[in-house]
Amino acid sequence: MRKTLPFALVTGVGFFMLVQYFIPREEFEIVYEWSLDWIIVIGCFAMLLGLWSLTMASVHKVQRKTPGWGYSIITLAGLFFMLFVGLYPGQASLVRGSIFMLLFEYIYIPIQATMFSLLAFYIASAAYRAFRARTVLATILLLSAVIIMLRLIPLGPLSAINQWLANFILTVPNMAAKRAFWIGVGLGATATALKIMLGIERTYMGRD
Amino acid sequence: MNFYEQIMNLDRRWVYLVIGLVVVITAIFPFDVPLYVTPEVRSVYDYVESLNPGEVLMIGVDYAPEAMAELHPMSYAITRQCFKRDIKLLLCCLHQNGPGMVEQVISQVSKEYNKVNGVDYVYLGYKPYPSITILAMGQNFRIPFPEDYYGTPLDSLPMMGGITNYDNVKAILNISAGSATEYWINYANGRYNAMLAIGVTGVMTSDYYPFLQSGQIFGLIGGMKGAAEYEHLAEKGGYISREKDQLSAYKSMPIQTTTHVVVILFIVIGNIGFFLSKRKKSRI
Amino acid sequence: MSLEEGKIMGTEEIIWNAVATFLTLCIFTFLYKDNPFYKFAEHLVVGVSAGYFAVILYYNGFVPKLITPLRQGEWVYIIPAILGLMIWTRFSKKWSWISRFSLAFYIGSGTGFAIPLYMQNYVIRQLSSTMLPVGFTTWALFTNILIIIGVLSALIYFFFSKEHTGFFGGTAKVGIWTLMVGFGTGFGLTVMGRVSLLAERVVFLREYFIELKYYLYILFKYGLPLS
Repeated sequence: MRKTLPFALVTGVGFFMLVQYFIPREEFEIVYEWSLDWIIVIGCFAMLLGLWSLTMASVHKVQRKTPGWGYSIITLAGLFFMLFVGLYPGQASLVRGSIFMLLFEYIYIPIQATMFSLLAFYIASAAYRAFRARTVLATILLLSAVIIMLRLIPLGPLSAINQWLANFILTVPNMAAKRAFWIGVGLGATATALKIMLGIERTYMGRD
Repeated sequence: MNFYEQIMNLDRRWVYLVIGLVVVITAIFPFDVPLYVTPEVRSVYDYVESLNPGEVLMIGVDYAPEAMAELHPMSYAITRQCFKRDIKLLLCCLHQNGPGMVEQVISQVSKEYNKVNGVDYVYLGYKPYPSITILAMGQNFRIPFPEDYYGTPLDSLPMMGGITNYDNVKAILNISAGSATEYWINYANGRYNAMLAIGVTGVMTSDYYPFLQSGQIFGLIGGMKGAAEYEHLAEKGGYISREKDQLSAYKSMPIQTTTHVVVILFIVIGNIGFFLSKRKKSRI
Repeated sequence: MSLEEGKIMGTEEIIWNAVATFLTLCIFTFLYKDNPFYKFAEHLVVGVSAGYFAVILYYNGFVPKLITPLRQGEWVYIIPAILGLMIWTRFSKKWSWISRFSLAFYIGSGTGFAIPLYMQNYVIRQLSSTMLPVGFTTWALFTNILIIIGVLSALIYFFFSKEHTGFFGGTAKVGIWTLMVGFGTGFGLTVMGRVSLLAERVVFLREYFIELKYYLYILFKYGLPLS
């Protein structure tokens, strides 16, 4: 019952959504629109799960005084301060210029953007230490990567040739490779969706 | 250990230092970088140019600050082009940390062109579950977004009169750093046949050429280079200007150039060292 | 000129950008080694982003989709609210089975949409776009041959139910070469993508220090803090 009914629900809802795609009846459209509407509401509640987990993880770290618990206080302080400056003034806090948006622009944006900018250093280090033309396949990979990277370097008279070559690589062999990849994704996703709908794949429900 | 073995076993912090120096020196002494505009970027620009004043373009801005460097310039350039041509904009955000990015762009650019919220543009805001939201917007924008980002009911906004779903917008430009692009292609274009163009990060660019060739998207702006190309076109069209410091992607292109030279040199040096070491081992 | 083009920064903007600059430099210190400045910024951003998202979810999610409809008497929205609350039982070992019903509704819908659309857009549409006119009379017709060979050989490479020997193996080899070109372009574009993030940060720092220089010059020469 605890597993059978949910699986039956998955199958029923899944088949309805599949059938309504092919049959444009008004009754089906109404149920389809209601379903979409409700799932968005459910999604709002589901998103809070992650926030709750983060909050409780930080609170436990502080309670147990695990190493680095002081930093968890910073996390909680940031969280609660943002909640206060966001919720107290009302929806006007979402407008640019409010304290809430200033914290977003001058704290969240620079830290997040800079964290990801460190990847530039890591990719340069990886390129230096790991990218070797050990085999024919690795050489093909490196050559195509270098041709694409040379697009950004002015090469004088060779620039036009390189741009043409890069465009050719992107629109012919790369396009063919990625098309095969997407066909594989499509077939795999369809197979997985069918397995879920038919109850063959059940791991998403968790254990009793 | 010979010279090349020493070079190959270098502490990675020396590599970081070289990259850091190259970037800082180029930032202090920038130079002009010639740009070659690709057909896939031009097709987006030309499409926006072909729109008439009063027509509605939808922009799905689905990125957070970590992709800002590549995608923010696209958002700014396209928004400025649209507002200068009196094209109305319908914006939404399907990335949980992205609503502020849209608010940054729209609040700044609307002031530059004296555009009024609700009349010249509508910012729908954010909703979770991008796939469901995109499907719902295809039926009616009011299903996922009964109110806009600022809490105003959609039906009370003058611009939304006569706009129900994708059939009432000329096209959708999706500027995204994640899986939202797939959902737009699959659901907005796949189910509702909406005209779609995409602006994506460099990492994602090569993946979407099949959709360009199949006609599922009509344009592709790829990464910072794509953004710089779009800015170049927009500058030539008089929509943005260097004097007002509006070419944010182009400003970073000199750093791209010098850093790419260094990365290619690293790859070459690494491979030379590898082959020399290999030859030495085979002799032993 | 300023980070927002066309004007010199005022005092408030200088201070806020100083905070942003400090936090940017805190993150860059990680390149040398992990340190308290980096840890501080890292933990701060986790808290701030969570708080930001919670507020956005409240105003853009709960208020228009649940609170306002309930206030307007649309009591049917209690049903999705109950389904949403049921998801929270996942935190309890004893009651977590209740969350399966909400999950079932979402997953069932997702799989139902996915099947026709994934088949249509990722398989049928892609295959039909591979059926191209071929020939040797123009460059476009010739490249179409390369596209067809590339797609088919890459698909054959992914077929592991048959041993890659003989003609089949040879075609699979062409397929893996094609895939390597694809991965190479992905790597080349990834380098550009990563470097652009760094470039933007450095340009931000450059422009801030230039603005700070102008601001301090005006402050010390004329004694006037800009508003």
